[in-house]
Amino acid sequence: MIELQHLTKRYGDQVAVSDLSLEVTEGELLVLLGGSGCGKTTTLKMINRLIEPSAGSVRVDGEDVSQLDTHELRRRVGYAFQQVGLFPHLTVGENIGITPSLLGWTEDAIRHRVDELLALVELDPETTRDRDPSELSGGQQQRVGVARALAAKPRVMLLDEPFGALDPLTRGRLQDSFIRIRRDLGVTAVFVTHDMVEALRLGDRIAVLDHGRLVQVGTPGTLLREPADDYVRQLLDTPRREARLVDALLSHGPGPDSR
Amino acid sequence: MSAQLALLPEYLTAHVQLTLLALLCSAALSLPLGVAVTRVRWLEQPVLGLAGVIQTIPSLALLAVMVPLLASMQLQSIGFLPAFIGLTLYGVLPILRNTVTGIAGVDPALQEAARGVGMTPRQRLWRVELPLALPVIIAGLRTATVWTVGIATLSTPIGATSLGNYIFSGLQTRNYAAVLVGCVASAGLAMVLDGLVRMVEVGLRTRRRRLVGVATTITVGLYVFTAVTLAAPLFSNADRPVMIGAKGFTEQYILASLLDQWVERETGRPTAQRQSLGSTVAFDALAAGDIDIYVDYSGTVWAHLMGRTTVGGDRETVLAEVRAFLADEHDIHVAATLGFENAYAVAVRAIQAEAMGLTRISDLVPLGPTLSMGGDFEFFSRQEWVAIRDTYGLTLSNQRTMDAALMYEAIAEGAVDLISAYTTDGRIVAYDLRVLEDDRGAIPPYDAVVLVSARLARDWPDVLAALGRLEGMIDVESMRSMNLRVDVDGIDPSTVAAAFITTLGDSR
Repeated sequence: MIELQHLTKRYGDQVAVSDLSLEVTEGELLVLLGGSGCGKTTTLKMINRLIEPSAGSVRVDGEDVSQLDTHELRRRVGYAFQQVGLFPHLTVGENIGITPSLLGWTEDAIRHRVDELLALVELDPETTRDRDPSELSGGQQQRVGVARALAAKPRVMLLDEPFGALDPLTRGRLQDSFIRIRRDLGVTAVFVTHDMVEALRLGDRIAVLDHGRLVQVGTPGTLLREPADDYVRQLLDTPRREARLVDALLSHGPGPDSR
Repeated sequence: MSAQLALLPEYLTAHVQLTLLALLCSAALSLPLGVAVTRVRWLEQPVLGLAGVIQTIPSLALLAVMVPLLASMQLQSIGFLPAFIGLTLYGVLPILRNTVTGIAGVDPALQEAARGVGMTPRQRLWRVELPLALPVIIAGLRTATVWTVGIATLSTPIGATSLGNYIFSGLQTRNYAAVLVGCVASAGLAMVLDGLVRMVEVGLRTRRRRLVGVATTITVGLYVFTAVTLAAPLFSNADRPVMIGAKGFTEQYILASLLDQWVERETGRPTAQRQSLGSTVAFDALAAGDIDIYVDYSGTVWAHLMGRTTVGGDRETVLAEVRAFLADEHDIHVAATLGFENAYAVAVRAIQAEAMGLTRISDLVPLGPTLSMGGDFEFFSRQEWVAIRDTYGLTLSNQRTMDAALMYEAIAEGAVDLISAYTTDGRIVAYDLRVLEDDRGAIPPYDAVVLVSARLARDWPDVLAALGRLEGMIDVESMRSMNLRVDVDGIDPSTVAAAFITTLGDSR
């Protein structure tokens, strides 16, 4: 469904993404995992041409995206932004309905779709639809951001740390919602995160990036059992290391030597 | 005061026309230009720089420079057009700058989101950038609105009627009620228009459709009013009024009113006035046919337009040469000589004249380096001053340029020793001044002459004949007493003129 071939992005002498090749099959969710500055967001943005690659190609549903009009491409690909990016001068409903309105849907169809999506992301359409985005909590705004990305019934979704700025409990609830939505809709998705637990919970497969290079790609099980190198092993071991730390803190109590 | 308020509909309408049209054009120029600048970055410096330079030109000078500029392009050079163009240019910068700042200030995350949801560049502009920049753009529009209303009062000297007519003539004739009406009306208009723009902004921001609707309706109504009142004269079958011009001092206001009432009474034709014109503006306007009649002085034409620096003869000779020059060079005709001279003169306080034994300009020469002199805005740059200075070899310690109405105060207080006076000025008597004799004949004679345009001479023989009947009808005592009644007694120029006309009786 999505094919990245030898994808490269350079900024002057800096290489952000280097010779990256990946394939995402229909209905699959691929997680791009890595630390800050590893090139995962750059990779994501090259898929819908928010960033133009320096070399290599991207195919979505068999079509080379460089041959498509950028706005046509982006209307077909849902995108959830890290900073959400809801338009403050539009209501929640208008934000969600924006891509359908660009596609020329009728007002009735848009209204119907907005209510459907608000229910899908577990917000009450009646009380939420006409409010300003600024009146919503951070978690609610993220839900609206996901709803906006889904609005035009895209077969492909790109998500850039959509739950990144949230507290752990809210993040957990949104992940639950997202798992359910994906099961219901069956969209193909690329999901960027640096959170190991999120990657393990959501990803059908995980691609680990480091310094703009693809280090390993595989199912969570494969990565856990057969990490390609120390970096992957340490990364995948993070949740367990943190759990051991918590256990240690609980049994010995916090003290100067527990750090 | 009620006489002043009676003029309000005309002045306010003219002011609204100027302001609203200029603002519309400022916005129509600067909004697209502002958007273009955010798209083509290298345009930003030259475009904003140019707008900034225009803004640094003093507003009166910007308006005044439009007159020769338009004249050189063979366009209407006085009145509505130059004022409108000057005001439009003045309103560009605040709107342009705020459009650029507003669009540049849109959060990059929202710019990216707009691209990410699939907007074309045009959709991004209309659906995201402009709506988000709107509060900043509207702030610029509000600044432009208030500026334009205020600066429009300066359109009066270039021949466009505005609320400035109150202020300019009021200051000259010491009619402070007129000044007050002019200031209050223009401040009020500025507040109303600013309030309308603000209503639109608040309405859009808080999504109150009714508020936007009300403000938009009022604004559209004002524009319809402007369009209708501007277009009405074009479609009216009534004769174009006989347009009478006046320069910006008391005697000119009185004479314009006098000619106005006289022509109306004698011919029954509709008349109108263009007051407070700059000295050269009045002549250019007559030559261009934008006004039909105004009073000038033979010496002024002699020294300024003909460039003569020496006096070529007596009153009759100068008058004859002036008459021939105007007819040959400019197709302008002298309809009448009114019978009095209003010469430039050098005046001194009577006490000082006696104490120092001053009766002639020659007497000043040995004392020159200890004396200071006040002159009106034109005096020290006029040929007459050059002639006095050169003929007598006069040097002074200090020359100060000031408003003509303030010169008399200045000499009364002893702030200056001499002033450039006018021989018909009633204040010479009122302030107990002495006019020094031009014993070496440096100053040309200044017969008041009624000048008329070629068109008037050709198309309106009845008006020409009526003006001809004023030949020699105003002697210097009459003129001085009329000036005195306005300047010192504070009587309205048109009242003074009306009283004089009744003494002329029915000439037909």
